[in-house]
Amino acid sequence: MVYTRFVQVGRVALATDGPAKGKLVVIVDIIDQTRALVDNPAQGVDRQSLSFSAMQLTDFTVGIPHGVGSAPLRRAYAKAEVETKWNQTNWAKTIARRATRASLTDFDRFKVMVGRKERSKIVSTAFNKLRRPVSAANKAKKAGSKKAAPKK
Amino acid sequence: MPPKAATAAAPAKAAKKAHSPRNHVLNAGVHKYGRSVSYAKSALYKKKKAEVKNTTKTRAQTKTVEVKGDKNGKTRVVPVRRESRFYPTEDTPRPLANRKTPGTATLRKSITPGTVLVLVAGRFRGKRVVFLKQLKSGLLLVSGPFKVNGVPLRRVNQAYVIATSTKVDLAGAKFDKFEDAYFAKAAAGKKSKTEAEFFESAAGAKAKKTIAAGRVADQKEVDKVIIAAVKKTPLLKEYLAAPFTLTKGQFPHQLKF
Repeated sequence: MVYTRFVQVGRVALATDGPAKGKLVVIVDIIDQTRALVDNPAQGVDRQSLSFSAMQLTDFTVGIPHGVGSAPLRRAYAKAEVETKWNQTNWAKTIARRATRASLTDFDRFKVMVGRKERSKIVSTAFNKLRRPVSAANKAKKAGSKKAAPKK
Repeated sequence: MPPKAATAAAPAKAAKKAHSPRNHVLNAGVHKYGRSVSYAKSALYKKKKAEVKNTTKTRAQTKTVEVKGDKNGKTRVVPVRRESRFYPTEDTPRPLANRKTPGTATLRKSITPGTVLVLVAGRFRGKRVVFLKQLKSGLLLVSGPFKVNGVPLRRVNQAYVIATSTKVDLAGAKFDKFEDAYFAKAAAGKKSKTEAEFFESAAGAKAKKTIAAGRVADQKEVDKVIIAAVKKTPLLKEYLAAPFTLTKGQFPHQLKF
């Protein structure tokens, strides 16, 4: 595998711990092997040092020089359209789905269960309709030439 | 007792508008007037003190008893309750007097009339029921409704209940009929069975319990009101009919109800 996500100035990461937990941050400078200076004025994240173990790198980068100020960072961040791109990723969708699932009440969970039952019923009836003629044909074939086709 | 009598007489006089406190706070803990000045201003010395009669009766400690025999002085004063003739040889521990009485439970904030509850203990554990009202004893009056999930009108302790955020609109519905006395069981007198009766009952020929016709009618009446309200929300009836369960990876303390 070739690595594509690097720790670099302008790399967008998801903070998984610390005060900015759950928010996107941009690496503004690299402090040492374990920490980076991160910032994201667009999401209300103060400039702070964050350990690399407390962040997950994303595919996105913002074109900024290292140690850039907050105002130019905000402009560059908006120009790169990081948020719209981020929201389209499966990663972001999974996070959002988990949040909505956790916020469901008991009655909501029951409604989801009913919906899932209905969907699987539709799917299985459609599938069986397609399968029936095929399996019938297979049976007829098997009965006709048992020795000709020993293995399926 | 004196303070009570004083407050009972006060309301008639103190019906006038209350003025702001004249001894106002200058700074935290510091008042404008001291103790003696504020006493002088309030002029309590001018007021007549209401006389309060002592109503507690003193019980007689002694009584006079006639004594037979001429030389015995005819009467004698003796104590009403005779003291014990002996002192106990050992000090026996006695329970301390306890003036506390258990109060009624305050209703959880999340429980209001019409709240769907999940029963977590008892015969109907796992059932979802509708809360109707809190009884005087502090117990909750709930109903399945019976027609939907088989839970009759019943009293439950709120400790054995999970309150959900789902509500059935029971505005205007009244359940005055149902109080703790409604659920009281008739005291069954002790029966001494004859031999023949004993063997008869042992053989399994017990009479089947019948539910009073009044209870059945009440249940139907209440069910009617609740089901009418439940039907307004789609799937709510099915929800009440389904039992509550936890599946893999679900932890009740993490769930939102």
